[in-house]
Amino acid sequence: MADTKNIPLVDIRHLKEYFYINVGPFQTKPLKAVDDVSFTIKRGETLGLVGESGCGKTTVGRTVLQLYKPTGGEIWYDGKQVKTAKDLKEFRTKATMVFQDPYSSLNPRMTVSDIIAEPLDVHKLCKSKEERRDRVLELMNYVGLNSEHASRYAHEFSGGQRQRIGIARSLAVNPEFIVADEPVSALDVSIQAQVINMFDELQDKLGLTYLFIAHDLLVVRHISDRIAVMYLGKMVELADAQEIYNHPLHPYSKSLISAVPVPDPKIARANQRIALKGDIPSPLNAPSGCPFRTRCQYATEACAESMPEFKEVSTGHFVACHRTAEIND
Amino acid sequence: MSLLEVNNLQTSFFTDAGEVRAVNGVSFNLERGKVLGIVGESGSGKSVTAYSIMQILAETGKIVGGSVKLDGQELVNAGEKVMRTVRGNKISIIFQDPMTSLNPTYTIGHQLMEAILLHTDRDKKQAYDRAIEMLKLVNVNSPERRMKQYPHEFSGGMRQRVMIAMALACEPDILIADEPTTALDVTIQAQILELMQSLQHELGMAIIMITHDLGVVAQLCDEIIVMYAGSICEQGTAEEIFYNPCHEYTKGLLKSIPSNDNAGQKLQPITGTPIDLLNMPKGCPFAPRCDEAMKICIRERCKRMEINPDHKASCWMNVKNGIGQQEPTENSGGAAEDGEAK
Repeated sequence: MADTKNIPLVDIRHLKEYFYINVGPFQTKPLKAVDDVSFTIKRGETLGLVGESGCGKTTVGRTVLQLYKPTGGEIWYDGKQVKTAKDLKEFRTKATMVFQDPYSSLNPRMTVSDIIAEPLDVHKLCKSKEERRDRVLELMNYVGLNSEHASRYAHEFSGGQRQRIGIARSLAVNPEFIVADEPVSALDVSIQAQVINMFDELQDKLGLTYLFIAHDLLVVRHISDRIAVMYLGKMVELADAQEIYNHPLHPYSKSLISAVPVPDPKIARANQRIALKGDIPSPLNAPSGCPFRTRCQYATEACAESMPEFKEVSTGHFVACHRTAEIND
Repeated sequence: MSLLEVNNLQTSFFTDAGEVRAVNGVSFNLERGKVLGIVGESGSGKSVTAYSIMQILAETGKIVGGSVKLDGQELVNAGEKVMRTVRGNKISIIFQDPMTSLNPTYTIGHQLMEAILLHTDRDKKQAYDRAIEMLKLVNVNSPERRMKQYPHEFSGGMRQRVMIAMALACEPDILIADEPTTALDVTIQAQILELMQSLQHELGMAIIMITHDLGVVAQLCDEIIVMYAGSICEQGTAEEIFYNPCHEYTKGLLKSIPSNDNAGQKLQPITGTPIDLLNMPKGCPFAPRCDEAMKICIRERCKRMEINPDHKASCWMNVKNGIGQQEPTENSGGAAEDGEAK
């Protein structure tokens, strides 16, 4: 255990997730939702994952936890590969998930205490009823829920409180790693800040590691140490949060960041947006080579021929673009 | 005279649990060719304000007081016949969700032409040409082919373009956009906002932009109304609202969103949850969540005060700090302020 500092907590290598779609009788075609994605997350770090809808960011989150069986690639956790069913069972007590929609991710027929305690029951972590109850109350306390609410049902709560219940549930097994899939997108602005702060505080208190998936770049920048940008199943850029926000290198990241509406009239009006042509192509008919080339203003013939390598251009700053050097002169 | 004058508008929903005052005394003016932003959380009454102007409320909803004047013509109690000439013709609306606001069983062309045939005296051929023209205007490629397609063949951004084309086909004076980009990705959102901005310059219509996204209003709007629990807490030019907020709710809202200024710091959230509209307090609706709340805030609601000619707010903190002055006469705001402004 001495060298845990050097081993990343989560190490994802060449992760692939293909869904096979029927395109005709007896014919299927792979939809490459995630195609060769690699990244690592250090203990106690938050990695933000951004991209447009359909880019595969949610699939990455779910495949990392093996809610979908990966088509290819390896998932290493704390220096060990998660491979067999036994590994997976153990992995699931260390890595949990917070879902996007606080309305559909809680069972309406269960009380709050049963929802929160379900992972405890599944993994048989509590020996007695008292222990179970105490643990539930402790978890509710962590996320700022009143202990009187334990016997209520989910429909009696507002969106923000429901998301707190979902977070308490994911904390039940004492995880080290949490995949948070758009945990604040369904919440009101004034509630978003409460939940974001809670993620921050829980990280400080419990030493959690997050994979934070969201489409709101300002939120992601706020909470993340590093940010990864995805496009059509591929990771196109990965760097320190401030670095990627201030000096994006990939043309897609550039336009994504320029498109963020900044809540400040002077900046927003002066802001030169880099408009993208058209829509994101269907992942079923992804372009050859670089997936972004059909919308990229710098695209050349080379871009159609091969997928650019995901390489480190400066310390900790990875980008997958053939023309990184020329564009960013 | 302003293009649209809303004065002390009150809309209630009569539910089994009691009367819900969704809009409670909203007053504002909209000038020709201006962009007005209405921001607020869900349940603040921003959409209901828009639906009241259009009179497309659900069956349980009713305008219980106030007036809406379009070009000097009173719309409240004007009757369905008058409203039919207003809707789509003079005021158009784009809804939030482009996925569900188009009819999946008709072609895009049919739906576009329907609006044109209904509101203008163009014949079918002219309506078809107009529809093609509108699709070109909103940058839909190969409009002739697209006219024959069904909504499911369009992406989200494309559907929202079609909705905009439909709303603008009859050259309305006012376009109400109810969260037009909330369901879209940021890059598509940027395209749609840019499109709306350029169309607004081109056609000179006024826009009421309803959103919860402060970034969107900062980019687009000349004037901003901040709503909370059915009433306006603050209204003014975009610069005034963002750089000189004079209501505790607006201040809290601006502090709670991640921005360039508070990068790396803790966000300062507004505590508590939005209030229950069925049990509205007598005083300021924001008082239960306000850090600065004083006794008077709980007892009595603050009248709208004029901070400067471009800026009005209803917060006792301004009275305490001696900012702003009482609006001249007491007939509930709107009309009096007009006389003074002109």
